[in-house]
Amino acid sequence: MSRRPYEPPAQSVVGQIVDAVLMLGLVVVTLYLPLLLGLAGSGATTTAYDNPSWETLKQNPTMAAQWEKLGFTPDSAAAIIGARFDYSVSWMAFAVTALVIVVYFVAMLRWSDKEYREVIAERFDDGERPSS
Amino acid sequence: MTDISHPIAGVAGATSAAPAPRRVALKRVLGPAHVWGLGVGIVLVGEFMGWNFAVGKGGAIAALTACWLAGILYTCVAMIDSEITSTVAAAGGQYAQAKHIIGPLAAFNVGLYLVMAYTMLEVSNAIVTGDLIEAFSHNMGLVGDVDKRAFMVLTIVFLSWLNYRGVLATLTLNLVITAIAFAAIVTLFVYAQPWAPGETLKHDQLLTGLPYGGLGILAAMHFGLWFYLGIEGTTQAAEEVRSPARALPLGTLTGIMTLLIAATLTWYVGTGLMPWEYLGQAVTPLYDAARLTGSAPLEIFLFFGTLFATVASANGCVNDASRAWFAMGRDRYMPVWFGAVHPTYRTPYRAIVFFAPIAILFAISTPLDQTITFSILSGLLGYTTMALSIVMFRRKWPLGSIPRGFVHPLHPLPAVLLLVLCSVTYAAVFLGYGTQLLAMMAFYIAASAWFVLHRYKYVRRGDQFTMAWPKPRGY
Repeated sequence: MSRRPYEPPAQSVVGQIVDAVLMLGLVVVTLYLPLLLGLAGSGATTTAYDNPSWETLKQNPTMAAQWEKLGFTPDSAAAIIGARFDYSVSWMAFAVTALVIVVYFVAMLRWSDKEYREVIAERFDDGERPSS
Repeated sequence: MTDISHPIAGVAGATSAAPAPRRVALKRVLGPAHVWGLGVGIVLVGEFMGWNFAVGKGGAIAALTACWLAGILYTCVAMIDSEITSTVAAAGGQYAQAKHIIGPLAAFNVGLYLVMAYTMLEVSNAIVTGDLIEAFSHNMGLVGDVDKRAFMVLTIVFLSWLNYRGVLATLTLNLVITAIAFAAIVTLFVYAQPWAPGETLKHDQLLTGLPYGGLGILAAMHFGLWFYLGIEGTTQAAEEVRSPARALPLGTLTGIMTLLIAATLTWYVGTGLMPWEYLGQAVTPLYDAARLTGSAPLEIFLFFGTLFATVASANGCVNDASRAWFAMGRDRYMPVWFGAVHPTYRTPYRAIVFFAPIAILFAISTPLDQTITFSILSGLLGYTTMALSIVMFRRKWPLGSIPRGFVHPLHPLPAVLLLVLCSVTYAAVFLGYGTQLLAMMAFYIAASAWFVLHRYKYVRRGDQFTMAWPKPRGY
């Protein structure tokens, strides 16, 4: 017995606009706002140098020459040289992040499989191969 | 690369649920060399900018290690992708594959990965274009100040307009400017005389070991992906190659080999000319490398090379992101309004215009490393899905059950290796960019919830499977 294909409802123009605006809002709220508010970004530490010289910045003569060719002085290079990533790890944050990623993939695969069974049931219910 | 020459009837502004005939007319004209060119062309910009942030995260040696580890990751991607693509030879690449192998929610997510990866890459290119023009005008001693944000906006608006007007002109333009950009890299390599260490390149004085220790190697893996991100774009040409079984694996795998060599050479020239602290945060490293050679003609050539590479890449990104969004609209994963084709230019104009404001917003107000990270994260989620996808593909259609264009060897080793390297890269992103990783996950989780609870009811179930295959095992 052939399965009756699922017939999706019609979506109004207003509904489509709402959906489109919602996706835009999602991008702004989850990705842009955290950056704008300084809540996300690279974790870094900065070393301040008083009266920096190439020697105190631990730059050998070749390095110093290259910095100068790029238009830098010890003063202007100090901020770049003094910036370092902060790799101190919060194991709790690491575990939470790992859990979020794993749960996301597990949930996505399980739910996809549920939907996939509906797709396969509709395509193959007549016992024939689908035509491409 | 998709010729949308047959618009979907009734799609523009459609609110009807009636079945819509769909047809995408593609010409099978491409060979392995085209596939190679397509993959390398997309990725080439990664040699001009972005890769060097790996140096900032772990030092020069760590960046080289990450470059090779990422090369292994992408070799696994190319092997797996070649098998699936040569079998699911449908336009849409990983999105179409996920529809046939995993299911609608996964396909929705993969479609979003593609859109976000390409859009954030477009944003990154626009940022570099603005910074490059500002730096060049300053270095050339031009009078007055340049507002780089104006050039960022101009880049996005101009390329959106080009794509709005038609795909043929934009892709033809891409081929020309990519070739010039490639010539600029080769010229820099030759001028730097890599065969004569100490003359121009001074690794003995500039290499400083591992400033962050072994942890730096792990951390550098984050931006190591930038050397190759986008090579999987070769799958977009699946319906346009004469012999998918031969051309896709050959073109993709030779593309990876080319990029491995190019990435190593780029690293060699960059680290032989700049102190790692500068290189690790430079926006335009190859242009800076040309400046350090002292050759004004080479500096001008690399200015145009970098400019062309970023514009070509951004152009391709507008093209690819809009087509992924268009395909999702056509399949009703997004409002069908986005599935419309322009009556005159035959382009997915609504999808093109929709993303321009988002791209401008990020370009003028977010740092380059952050937008690159968003792009890398979306790519990374896609590779993780790919590793799971090949295992499901082999289980649902074992070898011999359907004709495959290419069977990748040593299964499931590449899938396991890919999963391990993806896990390592998540950890690498967590080091220094942990909150951004969570923000990206929050986006995809919220979008998935929206799809499951609301959007999926508009999707025609049976239309999600179009291959002439037998029923998958276990269903």
